Amino acid sequence: MIELAENSILRVEGLRKHFPVRRGLLRRITGQVKAVDDVSFSIESGETLGLVGESGCGKTTTGRMILRALDPTAGRILFRRSNGEAVDMAALSRGQLHEVRRDMQMIFQDPYSSLNPRMPVLDLIAEPLKAHGWKRRDCELRVAELMERVGLDPRYIRRYPHAFSGGQRQRIGIARALALSPSLIVADEPVSALDVSVQAQILNLLKQLQQELHLTLLFIAHDLSVVRYLCDRVAVMYRGRLVEQTETETLFTRPRHPYTTMLLNAAPAPDPHAPWMEDGEESEAMEPSEQNVDGCPFAPRCRYGSDLCRQEYPQLEDTADGEGSPHLVACHHKHEIELKGV
Amino acid sequence: MTGNSPTTERNGGASAPLLEVDDLSVRIDRDEGVVRPLNGVSFRVDAGQSVGIVGESGCGKTMAANALLRILPRSAVITSGHMRYRRKADEKEIDLAAVDANSLEMRQIRGGDISMIFQEPMTAFSPVHTVHNQIAEMIRLHDRMDEEQARERVVELLGLVGIPDPEERADDYPFQLSGGMRQRAMIAMALASNPRLLIADEPTTALDVTVQARVLALIQRLQRELGLALMLITHDLGVVAHTVEYVYVMYLGRVVEEGPVAAIFDAPAHPYTAALLRSIPSLTSKSQHLEPIEGSVPSAHALPNGCPFHTRCKEKVGDICHREMPARVEVAADHFASCFKHTEESVPQHD
Repeated sequence: MIELAENSILRVEGLRKHFPVRRGLLRRITGQVKAVDDVSFSIESGETLGLVGESGCGKTTTGRMILRALDPTAGRILFRRSNGEAVDMAALSRGQLHEVRRDMQMIFQDPYSSLNPRMPVLDLIAEPLKAHGWKRRDCELRVAELMERVGLDPRYIRRYPHAFSGGQRQRIGIARALALSPSLIVADEPVSALDVSVQAQILNLLKQLQQELHLTLLFIAHDLSVVRYLCDRVAVMYRGRLVEQTETETLFTRPRHPYTTMLLNAAPAPDPHAPWMEDGEESEAMEPSEQNVDGCPFAPRCRYGSDLCRQEYPQLEDTADGEGSPHLVACHHKHEIELKGV
Repeated sequence: MTGNSPTTERNGGASAPLLEVDDLSVRIDRDEGVVRPLNGVSFRVDAGQSVGIVGESGCGKTMAANALLRILPRSAVITSGHMRYRRKADEKEIDLAAVDANSLEMRQIRGGDISMIFQEPMTAFSPVHTVHNQIAEMIRLHDRMDEEQARERVVELLGLVGIPDPEERADDYPFQLSGGMRQRAMIAMALASNPRLLIADEPTTALDVTVQARVLALIQRLQRELGLALMLITHDLGVVAHTVEYVYVMYLGRVVEEGPVAAIFDAPAHPYTAALLRSIPSLTSKSQHLEPIEGSVPSAHALPNGCPFHTRCKEKVGDICHREMPARVEVAADHFASCFKHTEESVPQHD
């Protein structure tokens, strides 16, 4: 029996992925890369959680483990299926996975490489339906309905991907993810390959779908302004660990982890009068450090870094003191330092 | 460290243009048909000035830079226009559009006078040579130096771009450097020949946001300290807002608006620029609804008649937008836009 709170769709507990590092002629394992290291979070029904961080922080690896495209080294991935049944994705066999995967879909980053150029839209969107036993005649109706839902003209149902623009292709990708009415969608950087003017179209579509279909979304992104627009809560990752997690507005206005403020301040706003990188001291520490530390992985870049930070890893703790929703922060100095939001 | 210092006088000011591109058009003949990536593009860069060229993919911004350096694809022809450049050897003005792309003259300018840094440093460097060997080769191509002098210069350059321990790092292969350090090494290589003009084509698009901030700060510092002219090509309005003095906005192979950076962002005069700014989600406040630009950029195979933006424009003046090309008008000091909404009265209405 799997215990998952009634309104939760996903709960990840102590998720880890360690990749072995092999060296030398015999390919002996000489070390490990901890791509994801003890990550826990949950997503409630109808909620959008943003998972942010820079390249290599483990956000995509986390998303892929949740879908079981990668096998986790440790941890549990509790997931509520569309029929209400709760399962542990990490413990399922290949055969069981096929059945469960209809309830968990993915939207990919690159609408050019994620669609088979030899398949017309009908087959592309109907592929997940057919894999789960739909009849061809029913498929066509469902695909037309989905195309309309994502803002594509159903008359183009027999066209091939090359006839569509980048934004339209991303709409095809979204329709395909929606086809089986999944209870969770993992979207990995779904707008970062698109042009600015088209990006807004897709963001609006996702927001509209959130409201109309009550979608539950894990939104993986590096662009914080996109996250602010779309997400209810945000989890910030740094070198495989969660460093801060709270409601979106709280994260942007009252961040409590020095790394979060660094990310917020480094993003240039499209306004020449807005402040940007005025803090000279901080900019010195901008370069990511390859240095391995026992303590807080951010300590080498952190202006507040102390001896304690370099020796001991700070646990993720709630700082909200029971007031309002939880605000989890992993920092030894979270109560002493004053940080500015945007 | 905000890049909005007062813009240099552009009209009749003391600074002579270093580069003046005038009515540049390029045509590419493909099996599928004729593509016109540039249709009468004009811009100028003064000595020591920083200029930004912004636009979405397919607007021709990279094509313009490639035309300048004469590194266009074989099937591309410059069909009209001039690119007058004042070279450092003798201050002589030459038309880069008229010289032979493979001539000695052009080869001295390419890399010598005008250097370029690219988006992806991993593809710009050779993976099988050390950073030192590649930069030294560049130096000895443009300057007479023996190996020892060249080595000294490489180390000096790597120090200049903020690479720690330049002595040791010089012997690294590109893959041994992190993304940010690789981009710095490429900037060092671009500076090796003391160029007058640095073209940076999406220099930070492949980098993380914290690293991007540092690399942009570096480019700005070098531009100031070395008196370089900078031509920054990007799709990122945030980057352009903080790094350049003067901005050109391109759409479908044309410049639709140009002006001092503050004017472009405070009072955009072309509907495309205004719509672009409205379509970006804000980092500093919670936006309820974004206003996207409907449709997508038309294919360069089938350019629309009239104003290139009329197919997506919400501020159309009338039928004239479909029929004629709007003229470039000065809407404020040094601020130009090509849109009929600024000339409506003076243009006879056809409808």
